[in-house]
Amino acid sequence: MAGSIQSVERAAAILRLLAGGERRLGLTDIASTLGLAKGTAHGILRTLQQEGFVEQDTASGRYQLGAELLRLGNSYLDVHELRARALVWTDDLARSSGESVYLGVLHQQGVLIVHHVFRPDDSRQVLEIGAMQPLHCTALGKVLAAYDPVAHSEALEGAREEFTPRTLTAVPDFEAVLDLTRARGWAVDLEETWDGVASVAAPIHDRRRMPVGAVGITGAVERMCENGEVRARLVAAVRDCARSVSRDLGGGRFQ
Amino acid sequence: MTDTTEAAASSHGTGPFIAAIDQGTTSSRCIVFDRDGRIVAVDQKEHEQIFPKPGWVEHDAAEIWTNVQEVVAGALDKAGITTADVKALGITNQRETTVLWDKATGEPVHNAIVWQDTRTDGLCKELGRNVGQDRFRRETGLPLASYFAGPKIRWMLDNVEGLRERAEAGEILFGTMDSWVIWNLTGGAQGGVHVTDVTNASRTLLMNLRTLDWDDKILSSMEIPAAVLPEIRSSAEVYGTAKGALEGVPVASALGDQQAALFGQTCFSKGEAKSTYGTGTFLLLNTGDEPVNSYNGLLTTVGYRIGDQKPVYALEGSIAVTGSLVQWMRDQMGLIKSAAEIETLAMSVEDNGGAYFVPAFSGLFAPYWRSDARGVIAGLTRYVTKAHIARAVLEATAWQTREIVDAMNKDSGVELTSLKVDGGMTSNNLLMQTIADALDAPVVRPMVAETTCLGAAYAAGLAVGFWQDTDELRANWRRAAEWTPRMDAADRDREYKNWLKAVERTMGWIEEEH
Ligand SMILES: Nc1ncnc2c1ncn2[C@@H]1O[C@H](COP(=O)(O)OP(=O)(O)O)[C@@H](O)[C@H]1O
Repeated sequence: MAGSIQSVERAAAILRLLAGGERRLGLTDIASTLGLAKGTAHGILRTLQQEGFVEQDTASGRYQLGAELLRLGNSYLDVHELRARALVWTDDLARSSGESVYLGVLHQQGVLIVHHVFRPDDSRQVLEIGAMQPLHCTALGKVLAAYDPVAHSEALEGAREEFTPRTLTAVPDFEAVLDLTRARGWAVDLEETWDGVASVAAPIHDRRRMPVGAVGITGAVERMCENGEVRARLVAAVRDCARSVSRDLGGGRFQ
Repeated sequence: MTDTTEAAASSHGTGPFIAAIDQGTTSSRCIVFDRDGRIVAVDQKEHEQIFPKPGWVEHDAAEIWTNVQEVVAGALDKAGITTADVKALGITNQRETTVLWDKATGEPVHNAIVWQDTRTDGLCKELGRNVGQDRFRRETGLPLASYFAGPKIRWMLDNVEGLRERAEAGEILFGTMDSWVIWNLTGGAQGGVHVTDVTNASRTLLMNLRTLDWDDKILSSMEIPAAVLPEIRSSAEVYGTAKGALEGVPVASALGDQQAALFGQTCFSKGEAKSTYGTGTFLLLNTGDEPVNSYNGLLTTVGYRIGDQKPVYALEGSIAVTGSLVQWMRDQMGLIKSAAEIETLAMSVEDNGGAYFVPAFSGLFAPYWRSDARGVIAGLTRYVTKAHIARAVLEATAWQTREIVDAMNKDSGVELTSLKVDGGMTSNNLLMQTIADALDAPVVRPMVAETTCLGAAYAAGLAVGFWQDTDELRANWRRAAEWTPRMDAADRDREYKNWLKAVERTMGWIEEEH
C-alpha cells in the first residue's frame, strides 16, 4: 500500500481489535496482539481517546470503543426529519416575508427541494417538493457550496450553465461569492437563475455544526429588492428562520 | 410541535391580542394570537395521567386548573404583554372528559373521568336495554358509548358515597373541561358562571340536537338530576369576565377541540371538511344548518354556533389508528428511528409491492364498527420488503380517510371538494399526496399548524368584535401547500378494491365477541 500512513493503519488496527472479541483490553494486550511497542500503542490510544473514539475505564485502566464512534455511524440526518423540524419556522417565514419558502439539501450535483411553503397570497401555486435546482447560481446552492465541502467540489466539477446574463460561471468569480457568503452567513441570487426572480438563503446546521441544508425565500425582484439589493428585513427573516431550525435540531431529541 | 415564540416575536405587531386556552388530554396550553391570526407566544404544561385500573383513565381537575392559570400567565409573559392587551379569552378542550364538583367549595368530588375511560361500557349496554346502542341516536346523534359524558356522570352519582343526594339538593355541578375552566376563570365559588357550549353539550348524550337543550326523557332514563347541568350557550359569546390574574378579560368562546379545528380551518360553508392527523384522526364535515342522520356509523354533532345565529352541524368520523401505526413501526417493529423516517423508507420503493396493512388493533371503527376484527397485513409474498410495508402503513391512513369520506357522502349527499388538513402527520409529503390520490380531491394544508387554538381564538374574537365576521377570518386563512391528485382512475379503483379485500380479512378474528 504505497503512500499509506503507518500510524493511521495502526489506529485502525486498534479500533478493529477493540470492536471484536473481548470488549475491554489493557494496554499490554493491545500492544502484544498487534506487535507494537507499548509506547507506540499508548500514543495512538491517547490520540483516539482525545477524539472520543476510544474510552478508558478509570477503575481497570482498560480500553473500549468510544461513544463518538457510534455517533459517527448515526450522524446522517433524515431529510424528512429535517422537514418536520422546519415546518413551523418555514410557515412563519412565509407569513412574515410574504414570499415562498424553500428548504434544500445537496443531492448528487444539485439542490434537492425537500420542503416548499406557498407564497401567502391566493394565487395558484404548484408544490415543488422533489424538484432540483442548480448549485452554482441559486441562493440555496451557493449556501450549500459555501458550507459543505462536498457541495463545493460538486459545484466546481459540474457544468456551470449560464442561465441569464447575470449568471457567474468562472471559478474565481464563484469562489469570491462563496467567500462573501461565508463572511456574511447568507447568499443571494439576483436574476442569476431566472429573469425577474431573486432569492436569499441561509445555512441550517445540526447539533455538531455540520451544514445539513439551506432555507430561503424566492420572489419577484420588485418585491424582494430595494436599490438593487435584497431588503435587509427579508435577509433578517431568512436568517432567523435558519437559526431557529438549527436550534431545534441541536436539541438532539428526535421524535 | 415546539415552542414557536421566538420566530413569531420578531415580526408580530403591537396588539391587541386574543388568547386561547387549549385544555387537552395530555397538556394544557395557552397561545396568544395577533389580528392576522399569527402566533405570538405559546406556553404549555402537561398533567398527570391517572390509571387506577385497566381501562380507567382519570385526570386531577384541580391540577388542570392550576396548570391553566400557569400557562396563561406564562404565555402573556413570553409575549411581553399584560391583560390589558388581551381583548378576549377563548377556550377549547378535550371533549367528553367529565368532572363533578362542589358548588360551595369548588372542590372536585372525584377525579375527572377521561373520554378514553371504558368503565361505563357495561352501563352503556344496560342503558341500551332492548334497543341497543342506537337508543338515543335520533335525539343526540350519538351511539350509546363509553366516551360520552352522560354515562360518566351517572357512574359518579352511583359510585361516590352520598353524591346523588347532594346532586339532587343542588349542591353539585357537572361540567366538561370547558365548563370547569370557565366557572373557575369567572370567579369559581364566588359567582363563577356555570355554562357549556353547544359543541361540548353535543358530546354528553344528554342534549337534543334539534332543540339544543337538555333532553328531559334522556335525563330521566339515565337518572341524572337536571340541577347538576350547566346552561347551554353558543360557542362564541361573552359568558362572563375573568377574575383574579386575568381580571376583566371577557371569556368569550368555548369549542370542543375537533370543532375548534373545524373553526380554525375556516370551514364555514356546507361541504367544507377538515381532517386532523395525529395519533388518531378526526374528520369533520360541515353539513350546514340541518343535522344529518348517519346510517353509516358516523356521529352527528354540532359544528359551532356563533351568538344567536343558527347552529351549524357536522358529521364526524374518526380513525383510531393513524399516527400511532407509525409509532408502532418505530417502537414495536424497530423498522424506523423516528416517525418522519417512515417517508424515507416508503420512498425507497415505487409502490406497496402488493401488501396492504389494516391496523384494526382494537377492532374496526367507522364505518364498520366491528369489535371482532383484528389487524392484518395482507398480500404478502417473498418480494415484499420493509419498505413496501412502510408504504402500506401510509396508504392505510389514506384509505381509511377515503372510507370515512365515502360514508359522509352517502349520509349527506355532499360531495367533498377539498380536504383541509392539520396535525403532526401533515409534515409527511408522501402521505398527503397519497391521501389526495385516494380521495381524488385536493388536500390543503394551512399556514398555521395550531388550528385548534386558532379556532377558539377566532370564536372569542368574533364575540367581542375583534374580528367582524367569518369572511374576515377566511381572508386570514393562508394556504401553505396543496397536493393535487395524480393517480389515474383505474389504479385508484384497483387499489381501493384491494384495500377493501384486506379489510374483510380482519373481520371475525375474535370469536367469542361475535
Ligand atoms: N413525518 C411523519 N410521518 C408520519 N407520521 C408522523 C410524522 N410526524 C409525526 N407523525 C405521527 O403523528 C403523531 C403526532 O402528531 P400530533 O399531531 O402531535 O398528535 P397528537 O396531537 O394526537 O398527540 C404521532 O403518532 C407520530 O407517529
